[in-house]
Amino acid sequence: MSRNPRSLSAKGKVAAHIILMIFTLFAIYPVLQVFSISLRPGDRLLSKSLAIIPEGANLQSYYQLFYEEPFLRWMFNSIVISFFVTIFGVALAATAGYAFSRYRFRGRSASLLGIITTQMFPVTMLLLPLFIMLIKIGLYDSYIGLIVAYSATALPFTIWQMKGYYDTIPYSLEEAAMMDGASPLYTFYRIILPLALPALAITALFSFMAAWSEYLVAAVLIQDRNLFTLPLGLKLFQSNMEVAWGLYSAGAVVVSIPVVLLFIFLSRWLISGLTLGSVKG
Amino acid sequence: MASVQLKQVTKIYDGKVTAIRNADLMIEDREFVVLVGPSGCGKSTLLRMIAGLEEISSGEILIDSKKVNTLPPKDRDIAMVFQNYALYPHMTVFDNMAFGLKLRKFPKNEIRTRVTEAARILDIEQYLDRKPKALSGGQRQRVALGRAIVRKPKVFLFDEPLSNLDAKLRVQMRIEINKLHHKLQTTMIYVTHDQIEAMTMGDKIVILKDGVIQQVDSPLNLYNEPINLFVAGFIGSPAMNFFLGRVEQNGELNFHSKLFNLNLPESLGQKLKDFRDKEVIMGVRPEHIHDISLSSGKSISKPQKIKVDVVEPIGNEIFVYFSDPENNYCLRMAPDILHQAGENIDVAVDLNRVYFFDPRTDKRLA
Repeated sequence: MSRNPRSLSAKGKVAAHIILMIFTLFAIYPVLQVFSISLRPGDRLLSKSLAIIPEGANLQSYYQLFYEEPFLRWMFNSIVISFFVTIFGVALAATAGYAFSRYRFRGRSASLLGIITTQMFPVTMLLLPLFIMLIKIGLYDSYIGLIVAYSATALPFTIWQMKGYYDTIPYSLEEAAMMDGASPLYTFYRIILPLALPALAITALFSFMAAWSEYLVAAVLIQDRNLFTLPLGLKLFQSNMEVAWGLYSAGAVVVSIPVVLLFIFLSRWLISGLTLGSVKG
Repeated sequence: MASVQLKQVTKIYDGKVTAIRNADLMIEDREFVVLVGPSGCGKSTLLRMIAGLEEISSGEILIDSKKVNTLPPKDRDIAMVFQNYALYPHMTVFDNMAFGLKLRKFPKNEIRTRVTEAARILDIEQYLDRKPKALSGGQRQRVALGRAIVRKPKVFLFDEPLSNLDAKLRVQMRIEINKLHHKLQTTMIYVTHDQIEAMTMGDKIVILKDGVIQQVDSPLNLYNEPINLFVAGFIGSPAMNFFLGRVEQNGELNFHSKLFNLNLPESLGQKLKDFRDKEVIMGVRPEHIHDISLSSGKSISKPQKIKVDVVEPIGNEIFVYFSDPENNYCLRMAPDILHQAGENIDVAVDLNRVYFFDPRTDKRLA
């Protein structure tokens, strides 16, 4: 039931735009609100004014964030951890998903089911065993420990997602490459991976986000303040007595920038129909 | 250029389903052989075994007298054109065609020469920089052909390459592939379910049913001398009519069915001697049942009455359908008279062109 938007009448177009504008407002209002709070002098959370740039707006919170708090340290930690989680996530999901999609081996169905079953358990349930395990293998309170934990929690979803995408790529492409003389590895690298870019982009984004904005696992597995990630750091602004809302909001605004940049960077691959033209049509 | 030989080739899937049973086949150098049969008959499996894309359960495949059973596809020096083209969507037409040559480490100049030459032959020179999605179905199929040609393989394999094209383009590409065969003089093995393609393209046709090769012969021999009921019914469009009846001899040799009572020539007596007073199936092609008012000849039978069910005027000929309670039959006639549905007409059977089959074994008797 898809209608070509160009076929809408003038009235329809106006209505569509109004609806879209309302939803856009819904989407950007919280962001603007946070941005606005970060510019307010003092730690005022609530305000009667609707102005985005509040009265007496200044960049004090941002100054404090970068010069008085170890914000850059947290950011560095988060970037390192998210980067490696993304790399591992993409590399492992891309290869595991391919194996599940293309090869028939003993235990394939059971493994696929097993992988998705792990998603049934909430992270809180896994926290304690994860904590004990990481202590035993000496990875508690370390980059590697957190990277392993995040990769492990993100992988089930991304493996399934990659497998699902590979399933849509016709197998005859690989057979054609085989006839052309390509090895399985070369075929995977030169034919399949380039076609799976949209799925890889999603996998990368998902893996990055799983690490970038995660709080609970990090709170349990990291004690050393030097290893704090951004969510842990931001939480420090909330003490027992009061919350440094200005700092908190400034941090939130800065934290969201890399995600937005990554999204913009990956969006060029987030287009469907990359395989169009390979087969009949 | 090479011969391809299959010796007792069998393919069994998962130890249960037999896709190909004891296939013996000799394909000579430069021959154009068509594998044809209904869906699921094993023709694509057979082709894929020759390509090396499917393992062989037992038997031997020889290319140029060399056993290739365990040789990977790339070392068999063959090229394959797939039904769905299987072009690499992220590469240009040029790169698609050059892919195999690059992998084989051909010098750049040689690659360019070969791709340009193939593109010229296939008339796709102007599309070399395009991606497959910017091409029409026919153009994509040409690129797929080009990808096979540039490698100059010993054997070309085609897996139903025209079935995704519309009828007009299919005829055009059929002719082009035929021309290509004459030009390249390479062994070609072509799979199709379309018997018109098989008849018009093959030097030799291999008819398969349920994984078993039924008959291997030239197109006209298959048409004129089918060895069993299946081949007789499969080749020819509209299909051969089959009448179940009895052969009787009371002085004269007669065939009686629900619709027809025919006085058979004595020459058939010897071949049908074991089937007197028994059931046989008589096969007659639509063009060998004549409207009595339009034909004459020594060998035609006495007039037989039929009631016309449906008339299909094609233009150059007319198909007239008639039936008995169990089956429908067809006759092909010149477009001189247009009969009407419900009309009773007199027809005669060309007794020199009737076939007889054993209903139990389906084998041809006469």
